[in-house]
Amino acid sequence: MATAAIEKDNKNLWGGGVEPMKVSYGKLMMWFFLLSDALSFSGLLITYGMIRFTHSAFEGKIGDFVFSDTYWPVPEKVFTHIPFTHEPFPLVFVGIMTFILIMSSVTMVLAVEAGHRNDKNDVQKWMLWTILGGMAFVGCQAWEWTIFINGSEAGRMLYDGTIFHGANLKANEYGPVPFADLFFFITGFHGTHVTSGIIINIIVFYNVAIGTYEKVGHYEMVEKVGLYWHFVDLVWVFVFTFFYLV
Amino acid sequence: MSASDIHIQDHHAHSHDHDHEHEHHELPWIRQYIFSEDHKIIAKQYLISGILWAIMGGLFSLIFRIQLGFPNADLSWMKPVLGEWIQNGKLDPEFYLAMVTMHGTIMVFFVLTAGLSGTFSNFLIPLQIGARDMASGFLNMLSFWFFFLSSVVMFTSIFISTGPASGGWVIYPPLSALPQAMSGSGLGMTLWLTSMALFIVSSLLGSLNYITTIINLRTKGMTFDRLPLTIWAFFITAIIGVLSFPVLFSAALLLVFDRSFGTSFFLSEIYIGGEALSNQGGSAILFQHLFWFLGHPEVYIVLLPALGITSEIVATNSRKPIFGYKAMIGSILAIAFLSFIVWAHHMFITGMNPFLGSIFMFLTLIIAVPSAVKAFNYIATLWKGNIIFTPAMLFSIGLVSFFISGGLTGIILGNSAIDIQLHDTYFVVAHFHIVMGSASFFGMLAGVYHWFPKMFGRMMDERLGYIHFWLTFIGVYIVFFPMHYIGIAGFPRRYYSWTGFDAFNTFADLNQLISIAAILVFFAQFIFIFNFFYSIFKGRVSSLNPWRSNTLEWTTPINPGHGNWPGDIPHVYRWPYDYSKKGHNEDFIPQDVPFSQTPHSNFPHEKDSQE
Repeated sequence: MATAAIEKDNKNLWGGGVEPMKVSYGKLMMWFFLLSDALSFSGLLITYGMIRFTHSAFEGKIGDFVFSDTYWPVPEKVFTHIPFTHEPFPLVFVGIMTFILIMSSVTMVLAVEAGHRNDKNDVQKWMLWTILGGMAFVGCQAWEWTIFINGSEAGRMLYDGTIFHGANLKANEYGPVPFADLFFFITGFHGTHVTSGIIINIIVFYNVAIGTYEKVGHYEMVEKVGLYWHFVDLVWVFVFTFFYLV
Repeated sequence: MSASDIHIQDHHAHSHDHDHEHEHHELPWIRQYIFSEDHKIIAKQYLISGILWAIMGGLFSLIFRIQLGFPNADLSWMKPVLGEWIQNGKLDPEFYLAMVTMHGTIMVFFVLTAGLSGTFSNFLIPLQIGARDMASGFLNMLSFWFFFLSSVVMFTSIFISTGPASGGWVIYPPLSALPQAMSGSGLGMTLWLTSMALFIVSSLLGSLNYITTIINLRTKGMTFDRLPLTIWAFFITAIIGVLSFPVLFSAALLLVFDRSFGTSFFLSEIYIGGEALSNQGGSAILFQHLFWFLGHPEVYIVLLPALGITSEIVATNSRKPIFGYKAMIGSILAIAFLSFIVWAHHMFITGMNPFLGSIFMFLTLIIAVPSAVKAFNYIATLWKGNIIFTPAMLFSIGLVSFFISGGLTGIILGNSAIDIQLHDTYFVVAHFHIVMGSASFFGMLAGVYHWFPKMFGRMMDERLGYIHFWLTFIGVYIVFFPMHYIGIAGFPRRYYSWTGFDAFNTFADLNQLISIAAILVFFAQFIFIFNFFYSIFKGRVSSLNPWRSNTLEWTTPINPGHGNWPGDIPHVYRWPYDYSKKGHNEDFIPQDVPFSQTPHSNFPHEKDSQE
């Protein structure tokens, strides 16, 4: 390709009458929407940060840790359960969840790539894997919530003398009230995003299957939902970091 | 949709131009005027809803102004309308607070955000950048109907027995979070939050459309440095909206959970009626941070479109290029950037670290620089101009006046030390009503007067416009100027009654004056409303380019149909401010005139680029 042609292109790119960066309005809207959504998640994560830092952290040795109102709980002591066993496996289950979600991002990339090749069968295949990955994640999250809500057999004694197991929005055995509030709210907000992503993915999958995009001649819609899906995955990385790692 | 699609559409539009109009006449009435995807109709829908909301918001302010100006008056005559809210000839104190809250909410969000941006961004963006419509007409329509839904919910909340939200438009918890705190914090607050959530969706859909339309659909030759300043202002406003509203959305959602599901995000250690609530560990200050992260940019969401409109009108009616076009763009960008990092100046007295306060003070005061750039540029544009005093021009000049006199008190308030004295007094009320309220309102009125011929193909009556302007302009100063004085004396905002404080009785006459002026200003607006609706049907038919303006919207037919231009979209060859250019036989050269046609007025560097 001649360099002269490229220079001319760059010059006229913002000159009007063309789409700068060759991005359609739909994709541009998606990008700006994601920017906007990133700010709503930021608002929530800043809320998390601010509330967390108004509570003191656990200072002692990790072996001495017990659940208490007086400090923020240590995540690897809270999220220890995996299904079907009572042995503690700290952070293993959430690790699996995260792995599934990231893998679904990979399959989404493959779907987009297949779309570029106009390979309907491959797009269909990878979209289906992505949908399954998303469903597996939401399923795991439901399980994770159940474990969190039911809590340990021992529970913890609250100020009013009652033993409390697990968590709800008003009280929890793990630590200060906002710990569970924030956990439910932020992972729930993220889970809602994943769920709506799955629904959109199913609609797009259906359209791929009946050949709508084949008729249009390109699979840009797959790219757009792909952007959304990657964004939701990226947000999970932050949520995961804040709730499970630090 | 890819580039190829758009080309196909363009092609379609070109080849079917003659039956383009015809085609759309076949749309059923409801798709043409109610569920329309045409940006011009949507703009008018926003404008009319904005006007209706403005009447309502204004009326509410009269109710509490009567209470403030005439605290001992017998208000039984309002009983037929307000019913239970009048007790023994007195306004119910909670209803007073509800009126203050609704006045603020309506004016800030429904009139000056939706009414202003919704109207003029929708109307002018496609017309001035040379596009047939918004990028997505469907989302644009959806944006209006979300706004409509939000309006319905907010409107409903006025009529419920416990009254609308009454914790102030800033809805600080715990007042707003605890339904038992006051009667307005019950259902009224729930409806307020629902309405705002819908409003944010509407604003997001609208803003996404404005941004993508401006980036993708500019006509050939319309580079970013040839965009009219209106479009620059709408563009940046939309970006601010996309970035700041979602944070309010998050805060509102958290508040909903605190209210309805017992969480403790914003609540901690609260006693009501001697009984401790179970809420632990949250922070009410946190809400203020989240709220003002939207709340401050919101000020510029309201103001920037008005400033953009003013730039256009001042240049056109001074018959001079706008002074400092690039400086104007730069100052819009600077204001937008700074608007995100000054929010805590609303919170100087929340007990924040004084050092942090001084940082926010410093950042706040920097905003004076780009604001002053704008003010001086307006004045420099007017300077030695061949000024034509149309009503739109008068309102624009009025805006500049408000922007300066209200901006100066902003510098005072921005100082954290002085703010300790002035916080929550009428000084603050005076400041923001002049600089943000009245200035933006004047920008909106200026825009209506200026683009009315394009919207409805008819002219508004000028004489009524002049009367409207002078009554409003003088009235606004009479209303808000004395408030500075009362505020410095320490008179607090949001108080239902000050008669219990001897110190404030000396201000009874000033308060009366303000109230009388406010009533007059309110009724003066009916001159405009009459003029507006009368002129839609009976106004003088407009010429193609009544203000002899340069921008592209005046190259469309007097009543542009769907698609705006019957033929090809005009190309753009020059910036929009070639007024009174030496060597040209007229004092304006529209943007679609190539340099090759104006050989006598071209500067050496001005040549048509090779295409």
